[in-house]
Amino acid sequence: MKPTDPAITWLEEKPLGLTERLYLPLFLQGLSTTARHMVSRKVTVNYPEVRPTVGNPLIYRGVHRLNRDDAGRVKCVACFLCATACPAHCIDIVATESPWPDREKYPESFSIDELRCIFCGMCEEACPVDAIELTSLLDLTGKSREEMIFDKEKLLSVYDMTKDAEPMKSKTLAAGGMATFGPAPGLAAGAGGHH
Amino acid sequence: MPTVIVDGKDIEIGAHERLNCIEVARRAGVEIPHYCWHPGLSVVASCRMCLIETGTRDAATGKITMMPKLVPGCQTPAKDGTVIVTDTALVKDSRARVEESLLIDHPIDCSICDKAGECLLQDYHFEHGQAERRTDLNPFHSRRRDVGPTVTLFVDRCIMCTRCVRFTREVSGTSELMVINRGSKEEIAVFPGFPLDNKLSGNVVDLCPVGALGDKDFLYQQRVWFLKRESNVCGGCSAGCSIVTEHNQDTVYRLKPRENPHVNKWWMCDDGRYGWHHLHDPARLLSAGRLVSTNDDRETVEWSDVTTRLRQDLSGAGRLAVAVSPMLTLEEAWMLCAVARSIDQQAALFVGHVPVSGSDESFPGGFTIRAEKCPNRIGVEAVVALFEPEIRGWNDLVRAVGAGEYDAAWITAGYPHAWIDDTTAAPFGRLRSLVVQDLFESPLTKLATWRLPAAGFAERAGTWVNVAHRAQTFAAAVRAPAGVWPEGRLYWNMLGRRGLYDPAAVRRQIAESSAALAALGGDLPAVGVDLRVDQLASS
Repeated sequence: MKPTDPAITWLEEKPLGLTERLYLPLFLQGLSTTARHMVSRKVTVNYPEVRPTVGNPLIYRGVHRLNRDDAGRVKCVACFLCATACPAHCIDIVATESPWPDREKYPESFSIDELRCIFCGMCEEACPVDAIELTSLLDLTGKSREEMIFDKEKLLSVYDMTKDAEPMKSKTLAAGGMATFGPAPGLAAGAGGHH
Repeated sequence: MPTVIVDGKDIEIGAHERLNCIEVARRAGVEIPHYCWHPGLSVVASCRMCLIETGTRDAATGKITMMPKLVPGCQTPAKDGTVIVTDTALVKDSRARVEESLLIDHPIDCSICDKAGECLLQDYHFEHGQAERRTDLNPFHSRRRDVGPTVTLFVDRCIMCTRCVRFTREVSGTSELMVINRGSKEEIAVFPGFPLDNKLSGNVVDLCPVGALGDKDFLYQQRVWFLKRESNVCGGCSAGCSIVTEHNQDTVYRLKPRENPHVNKWWMCDDGRYGWHHLHDPARLLSAGRLVSTNDDRETVEWSDVTTRLRQDLSGAGRLAVAVSPMLTLEEAWMLCAVARSIDQQAALFVGHVPVSGSDESFPGGFTIRAEKCPNRIGVEAVVALFEPEIRGWNDLVRAVGAGEYDAAWITAGYPHAWIDDTTAAPFGRLRSLVVQDLFESPLTKLATWRLPAAGFAERAGTWVNVAHRAQTFAAAVRAPAGVWPEGRLYWNMLGRRGLYDPAAVRRQIAESSAALAALGGDLPAVGVDLRVDQLASS
């Protein structure tokens, strides 16, 4: 946009009034804001001693996991739609023929570079089989860059670790139940209608 | 000139052209959707996707009379006064119904189907189909059936256009594929014990408008939207088929034929189609090595030093013989000759080894696989003829080296397969200096003073002249692996030319210096030029 663009409205700074020029009233106004915050409820926590609570795990975007189907196999069908949707190009999949008769294709390897990931949730959105999901795990650390490239086994282990606390989102949404997750009642209706 | 009216626009066609409505509409910029029709196959008009309204315009009165019913565009010849209308409600409704009918039984497994992204069913449904689906999603998965060593069939994805069946009957002439059952139970199949294993079988995968026929070599390797496409020429034999190299991140994933009416029409053979795997063979030579002692002990030489040290070594060695490989492009061959003559003014230039395997194989559809398994013998001979009074070949070189006529030799190879045995290579061991440029280790590279890596076909840029004297230019599709300078780059630097290797500049120079190759001067069309036709025209 150029400075000459007609869509731009140019405003002149107003001249100082009496209260501004007296200084003290504005000083007190600012000080009262500070005082108010000193006594109000804190929104920060003493992490890591105190862990923050995740409001709604259904919409929280933390560490990824690869879901398993009822038979315990990786749910992913290696369609590459997450890798296609990914704006950070952090998903790398090698597809191959599946060893199971009811499935055509599955990921031989599936890795996400968690350092490159921007946690936008597009992969979760793109997945046609609800295989990739973002959990509410928020503390993601590692000692090396290599360690932060999560492979298929690690992503499946994240599922094993979190499946009890956070059941598969598709199942939760299908059951129409946001009840277990507390707030955000508007979301269940909206997302449920999509299915 | 006969005039055809396409959606109200007058299109003039040639007096003797035999075109159908789809082809004429295409000239008017109107795409009539079609599945079963293919320009290289017979017309069956079975898919009903190209239904259009037609009529005739009376030449005397200009009055237009339309046919009451829709007709298939593929089967209706366009002649003077033919009126084609493709955008009426009737036509649009017909297309939407065809799409709906095809999708009743088509599995909705686009997300795992290899064709997704280049599927006509997807494209046409998006353009001509209706948004609402009135049937159940059933089945979700496709049954798979093996039809041959390279091709697999996903039975339920098939829309019964029978392009593949007609291909095996009309082009390859082998008739392996057939239609079994009738009506909505129709399926493509092969007879037990007669698999689809002819040398053109890969083409049925290209012909398939949906994901029914899959190429086992490419299956699940990449989604097609990740692939980048570069027009190229196949280096498998001297036919020089026009191809498209599809690659991603410097890895080739598949080759596809590119339409060229003068060379390969729409087809390519399986030898060429799957003949790229050597590019990614871990056994490839990946560095320039110079012998430091006699027991095959080599030092790796930086490429920036190769240009000077190679020249020094060869200048001091004595009489030089050079084998110009028919795998090299015209430009590379010419620069190699120039480099050799700048080192030794008397350097003898030979055409390198020409691999031959069996005899030419022709198919009823007019496609021929050549026995000569190199892409550029004619071109290299034309270049050597610019420097030498007579053309001498590989056997002459082997004989001359055996007779001790030369002190040094520079052998360019770059063949994807083993090409030389110990006995043939032995006399080269007596030379004072031997430079070998090849893709893989061979008996010859073991004897070499300088062992230089060569580039593969998709890594080269330049011009190849096929068996019918048709010159086709192409750019490199992928970069050569780390540590490899393609021949063109090495010779360009050895000639002391500045900047990056520019095949077009070399080509202009060749065209200026030779009447026989004058046709190479300008930008060549995508289908190439026939060097002989140009000579006739200029003489």
